Amino acid sequence: MERRTTLYETHVKYGGKIVPFAGYLLPVQYETGVIREHMAVRTACGLFDVSHMGEILCRGEDALKNLNHLLTNDFAGMVPGQARYSPMCNESGGVVDDLIAYKVAEDVYLLVVNAANKEKDFQWMKDHRTGGAEFTDLSDLVGQIALQGPKAETILRKLTDEEDIPQKNYTCTFRRMVGGRDGVECIISRTGYTGEDGFEFYLAAEEAPKLWELLMEAGKEEGLIPCGLGARDTLRLEAAMPLYGHEMNDAITPLEAGLGIFVKLKKEEFIGKDPMEAMKEAGGPARKRVGLKVTGRGIIREQEPVFLGTRQIGTTTSGTHCPYLKAPAAMALVDADQTAPGTAVEVEVRGRRVAAEIVPLPFYKREK
Amino acid sequence: MMNPEALQYSKSHEWVKFEEDGTASIGLTDYAQNALGDLVFVNLPEIGDAVEAGEAFGDVESVKAVSDVFSPVSGIVDEINEELLDAPETMNSEPYEAWLIRVKEITEKEELMDAKAYEAFCESQEE
Repeated sequence: MERRTTLYETHVKYGGKIVPFAGYLLPVQYETGVIREHMAVRTACGLFDVSHMGEILCRGEDALKNLNHLLTNDFAGMVPGQARYSPMCNESGGVVDDLIAYKVAEDVYLLVVNAANKEKDFQWMKDHRTGGAEFTDLSDLVGQIALQGPKAETILRKLTDEEDIPQKNYTCTFRRMVGGRDGVECIISRTGYTGEDGFEFYLAAEEAPKLWELLMEAGKEEGLIPCGLGARDTLRLEAAMPLYGHEMNDAITPLEAGLGIFVKLKKEEFIGKDPMEAMKEAGGPARKRVGLKVTGRGIIREQEPVFLGTRQIGTTTSGTHCPYLKAPAAMALVDADQTAPGTAVEVEVRGRRVAAEIVPLPFYKREK
Repeated sequence: MMNPEALQYSKSHEWVKFEEDGTASIGLTDYAQNALGDLVFVNLPEIGDAVEAGEAFGDVESVKAVSDVFSPVSGIVDEINEELLDAPETMNSEPYEAWLIRVKEITEKEELMDAKAYEAFCESQEE
């Protein structure tokens, strides 16, 4: 039985088309449709319920030590209010999940993980815990809303004081009121999963509908509309952001997924270090993530074979029509010796070969 | 959107318009386009191809997924709507104008519904 986020009634009220996703009932789109929702985020602003995401608190005198053991990125030197992305790997270097860690205070970190993985992650963290640190699963208590798009800051300014708004990407402010004294207390984070500027708000789950309505009202003039999971997926793909279960999984390492800059092999020790170090010493991974632009006719989807002549050089990991670019695009894991941009390949789409070309990632990058 | 009285409808949500010259135009119903969402690609057969009642003759793709389009009649493809190749969104905005193919030399047809029966059928599909 799928669960509902506290925003379920709100989604129904706004005309959301509800589907099961990662154990939750969530809107795949509203009446506006995926394309208009996608375009709103690129040109104005969109609002997403991401309350299904998991939140795990890590605290204790050895909290930092635990993060640096569990995660591939390096969490030393962070100050409270900073956020850092990282894969979390298994012993063979495959990815257990990818997450964002916020430093809340000395020895206190908030880890935000994928909905479909949260139970697995929590268990994994507890199983690999060392020394004085404890992990607490807060997922059921925490709601999360994302406000994404070039107008996000303009909208948020109507509801908060300037000093409440985190200015730099991957920073956050704690316990801020959105909507004045009678508003909602939130963590405001300048992060997102769309390739645009924007914010993610963490708050008490039962307050999520109130924050939603405050933001919808404040964003009226800027063209803010609610957006579903469909647009979330097309936006992240257009921006070439990897998605767990697609570009990475427990058999794909971050090095293959193109996430090498988040793997700090200089760290003394972390789970998955040895196989990834060996991979690097052997000249790098045998396959790498690339972008594919369709030069023929068709839409390439995930898990379709990529051919160079008669040789299969890889498999697609995600693919769709990109509404802003008005063109189909896909990502694939291909043999490392065939990743040069400009390489002409073919992808077998339901028995039919569609011509494509390897292109650099991302497909879309916002102008700053 | 009202389903036009002059058309007939299949259980797989295609509409058929039988013309006086013995050909038939085939398109997707409003219910179908609404369920599929924003359509961004269409794959059509070629003129002269044979189509069979109840069999897929092409496919349409929304942002999220691909769906087969079934032919309610058996016959030969007489014409394809090439405008849809560049503007698949017409199937969303004007489903009863956006025909996909015209079929001639019709030898067989599926059991089809009139507008009223199709409406009742669609309602029964909603859970």
